[in-house]
Amino acid sequence: MKYTEDHEWLRVDGDVVVVGITEHAAEQLGDVVFIELPETETQVAKGDDIVVIESVKAASDIAAPVDGEIVEVNVDLADNPGLVNEDPLGAAWFFKMKVTDMEQLDTFMSEDEYKDMIG
Amino acid sequence: MPELKRTPLYDLHTSLGAKIVPFAGYEMPVQYGLGVLKEHLWTRQHAGLFDVSHMGQVRLVPEGSVADAALALETLVPVDVLGLKEGRQRYALFTDDEGGILDDLMVANRGDHLFVVVNAACKDDDIAHMQAGLGGPVSVEPVTDRGLLALQGPEAEAALARLVQGVGHMRFMDVATFDWEGAELWISRSGYTGEDGFEISVPEGRTVGLAEALLAMDEVEAIGLGARDSLRLEAGMCLYGHDIDRTTSPVEAALEWAIQKVRRRGGDRAGGFPGADPILQELETGASRRRVGLLPDGRAPMREGTELFAGDTRIGSVTSGGFAPSLERPVSMGYVSTDHAATGTGVEAEVRGKRLPATVADLPFRPSTYKR
Repeated sequence: MKYTEDHEWLRVDGDVVVVGITEHAAEQLGDVVFIELPETETQVAKGDDIVVIESVKAASDIAAPVDGEIVEVNVDLADNPGLVNEDPLGAAWFFKMKVTDMEQLDTFMSEDEYKDMIG
Repeated sequence: MPELKRTPLYDLHTSLGAKIVPFAGYEMPVQYGLGVLKEHLWTRQHAGLFDVSHMGQVRLVPEGSVADAALALETLVPVDVLGLKEGRQRYALFTDDEGGILDDLMVANRGDHLFVVVNAACKDDDIAHMQAGLGGPVSVEPVTDRGLLALQGPEAEAALARLVQGVGHMRFMDVATFDWEGAELWISRSGYTGEDGFEISVPEGRTVGLAEALLAMDEVEAIGLGARDSLRLEAGMCLYGHDIDRTTSPVEAALEWAIQKVRRRGGDRAGGFPGADPILQELETGASRRRVGLLPDGRAPMREGTELFAGDTRIGSVTSGGFAPSLERPVSMGYVSTDHAATGTGVEAEVRGKRLPATVADLPFRPSTYKR
């Protein structure tokens, strides 16, 4: 598992990565009540805001961590956004993307590095 | 930036694991361990304890009878204060000369004086406004040595009655004085959640003790400002500075019910408050826009500032909005032009650049459960 400074986690599976948000991020957001996911087969660039996540407190965006194509989104989240609070590292994955350049993943943090960052 | 103040309960909040945020010049708990959603639902099902000690408590003490204070206060509010019986409380508004709203408040007749509770963010201005407006024979006395607690929810009466006998006999908007182990409590049966419940003014040095005694009961949990906001939104109540302010009139804000007949044209004490001309005129002609409830057709919350449209025409904006935990759906309130204010009217809201449908709805979203 790799981690970004934006509190996303990435699990690599061949040339596809599965993306979600960390437990720390879910805790900070509070109870999640709405999630808007991107369309599949969309080409996205690193840094594009592609997910809207609304908690009881506020709306936030989640950016594409790397360049690539969205190949699958977690449709369960639309019906049950609270999954993000219940199981952020498992059932509440957001989307899977086919990565254009796997080397973009090299800059991301390991679990230990991420834990150091959030203190 | 001036230093943030703390209420008598600050240390209790942190010991309960509250997340503290700056609010109206105070360090206040926005949520505790349960989180906003569960705190909201707990209050609807059991009893929630809120620290509202940041709000302004003020005594208006007349030289003569309480009627003198009532008539003096009527020069600042479009409300029947004289007709407020001893032991009763009512909602009121400070208006300005243009007919806008300076603040909303509660005013109680406590026999030999009036007791008012104003919003924390406005309290310094309100006190100056009353000192300037009420003049000589009525003394404006800010109460700075008392905390204020709200206990809200269907189990609030049972919880409070365990400590304070007799509160069960109070009806909605009654006020009375009680003794709790030597501490004088000023209790009103009212609140800001749409639930039955009480607001309790307690001597500063006894505030922590009273809060702890209530929190020790199984049915009582500490509830933060986050849930306070979602509870009042479901109850259709205005948040000053958001849903009402100097740019909104009482009629636009759908608060006509707060202006009793006796202060309207033809009434015995018609007018005589700031902005009386435009406000009394608007009561008869209506306003060009109106505060309404809005139900998003979809699941996306429509928050404060969201612009509202009918076709290409901008017809208003959202002033409060979010997820309503008890209704399990997003709700909003806002202002729309009067020709789009009828219940059931379809409007469009611009959320993140997209137009999403919403429907004008009656307020409150959830019926209140007061003990009348």
